[in-house]
Amino acid sequence: MLWIIPLLVVLAACGSGGSGGSGGSGGNSGGPASTGSPSSGESGGGDSAAAPGEEASGKPSVAFVYIGTPGDGGWTYEHDQGRKYMEEVHGIKATVVENVPESADAERIIEELAQNHDIVITTSFGYMDQTLSVAQRYPDVVFLHCGGYKTADNMTNYFGKNYEASYLTGIAAGKMTKSNIIGYVGAFPIPEVIYNINAFKLGIESVNPDAVVHVVWSNTWYDPTVERQAAISLLDLGADVLLAYQDSPATIQAAAERGALAGGNDSDMTRFAPEAYLTNPTWNWGPYYAQAVQEVMDGTWTNEPVSGSMGDGMVGLAPLGPSIPDDVKELVESAKEQILNGAFDVFKGPLVDQEGTLRVEEGRVLTLEEILEMNWFLKGIEGKIPQ
Amino acid sequence: MDLILQIVAAAMSSGTPLLFAVLGGILIERSGIIQLGAEGIMLMGAVTAALLYLRTGSLAAALPAVLAVSAALGLLHAFLTVTLRVNQIVSGLAMTLFGSGLSAFLGRAIAGQPMPGAVPKLDMPVLDGVPVIGVLVAHLDVLTWLSFALVIALHLYIYRTSWGLHLRALGDSPPTADVMGIPVTAFRYGCVIAGTMLIGLGGADLLLVFSPAWIEDMTAGRGWIAVALIIFARWNPLRALLCAYFFGALDALGFRIQLIGSSIPSYFLKMIPYAVTILVLMYLGWRNRGKPSGSPESLGVPYIREQRL
Repeated sequence: MLWIIPLLVVLAACGSGGSGGSGGSGGNSGGPASTGSPSSGESGGGDSAAAPGEEASGKPSVAFVYIGTPGDGGWTYEHDQGRKYMEEVHGIKATVVENVPESADAERIIEELAQNHDIVITTSFGYMDQTLSVAQRYPDVVFLHCGGYKTADNMTNYFGKNYEASYLTGIAAGKMTKSNIIGYVGAFPIPEVIYNINAFKLGIESVNPDAVVHVVWSNTWYDPTVERQAAISLLDLGADVLLAYQDSPATIQAAAERGALAGGNDSDMTRFAPEAYLTNPTWNWGPYYAQAVQEVMDGTWTNEPVSGSMGDGMVGLAPLGPSIPDDVKELVESAKEQILNGAFDVFKGPLVDQEGTLRVEEGRVLTLEEILEMNWFLKGIEGKIPQ
Repeated sequence: MDLILQIVAAAMSSGTPLLFAVLGGILIERSGIIQLGAEGIMLMGAVTAALLYLRTGSLAAALPAVLAVSAALGLLHAFLTVTLRVNQIVSGLAMTLFGSGLSAFLGRAIAGQPMPGAVPKLDMPVLDGVPVIGVLVAHLDVLTWLSFALVIALHLYIYRTSWGLHLRALGDSPPTADVMGIPVTAFRYGCVIAGTMLIGLGGADLLLVFSPAWIEDMTAGRGWIAVALIIFARWNPLRALLCAYFFGALDALGFRIQLIGSSIPSYFLKMIPYAVTILVLMYLGWRNRGKPSGSPESLGVPYIREQRL
């Protein structure tokens, strides 16, 4: 067995070499506060040493629970950017647990973190019930849960109106498609994804009423091989513009190979395939995290759910890719102005669903609650929502 | 017609990593050693390819490294099962757990980073005009061509050479092979190491050709499907090609069924490859009841010279 030791040394050397060349993600996730394995004792040990010190300085101790790793280049990457922003603003160091499955394990990890932190931030929809259950047992800890709808006295949820940016992405997609077939890789048939697809379709419709959106469900947030299969099935169908409500850039990479255009989600994904990049909605969580921590410090925090928007900067639109002509960029820019001015509502009647039923009457604007419960597709979208 | 061609093309691209792993598994099991470590070995192959390719930007550095790491894993499996004669199932499972854990650890820093380039394609413009074949093979990457070559080479080796006869003798009856003067231990070491290299190459193919960014557990059970496919293919390289592509097609089919607008829930479609694995195993078991399974007769039995079996 001794011979395997040199092998491991070589591999480990490659590993650290790789992280050096990886720019941000590797070096930053290697800090003492972050641990790759949820089951390792490192997180508990490391932070229990840190927590008293932080309390002495009057700063709360903060913990983050991630569904993936910051290396995903999308969803978790943006939360990690938000964490770093918050750390810089308040001069504190947060604890991070990566790759936490949305299962019973999550509850155990959230509970461990609650035992020695003042604020626990859970960054995936699927942590909702686990977060709530721990929140009820730890009334002195503040819980911020991303994307859900349940609250408690010490737990709130936060998300943003990313459908505004999906609408703008739709304008670019509608202008750029030549085949009038646009593909959409959706993660799960849940309202969050459905209203983004509908907003995307409305954006397309505003510039290109003939284009059809085909939707496939991958049933995963993050699995590049599956996402790629989904993207290829859409490209084979003749789609020349793709969008993926997924956490990885697999769809953009697949589109690039076929000379199609694509956008992803969560984060500016230009770097994965610049020539093939369209644009997509992005998140900017940092200011919210910093503000929530400040409010907890000031004692002004409430459990009022937070819904950010393009106006307050929580939601953004990635810069349009280098292959997108200027007139399209200007069109998107002017629509963005209207949204920022508050002069434009994305979900405004008349809206007709796939079956031809009038869902929203002429002139009526959907309320936020109605949007957050959306479970139907607009006319012109091909794809089924499992009921 | 187009739809069928698209599915065949998709089947080939998602079946090739499986094919490498099945061929490697056949070589190992033909020598009489059970191979259950494919999942972990593929992951190690993939993460090695990713680390080296990102670091050096050169496939000429990445692929030999993949082969070296897989060969080391093969040497470990051979040492445990041939020399130490530990339980081959346990050794294989350990290989899977070890490989998935170590690859996740090594790949942390590069998770999600796109590879610096695609695997070179062998363009054959001559074939462009040819229907069907032109569409399928005119622009395939070199690793896929390598897999074709391996299928043929392994088939010829096993069934058309005296060395292949030795291999089959080794898997069916090591004492006989020993009496014939075949070096049982060395031969088994060689087969396990070479086969493990092929499995590692399957992982590298998955990463380099199919999904060019490392993520933890990116094989998502493909290693286990490869283990099942060895049995479907009845340890025959040509049948391995068909089986691997059949499963590749099932993988690709799910999304296409969604796109035709069928009302089968997508959750169910995602289950297809796994459900079919069970069904095919049941069918083969029923059809071949009472007949030899095609499995090497001493598969899983360590050989000890002069010991009564």
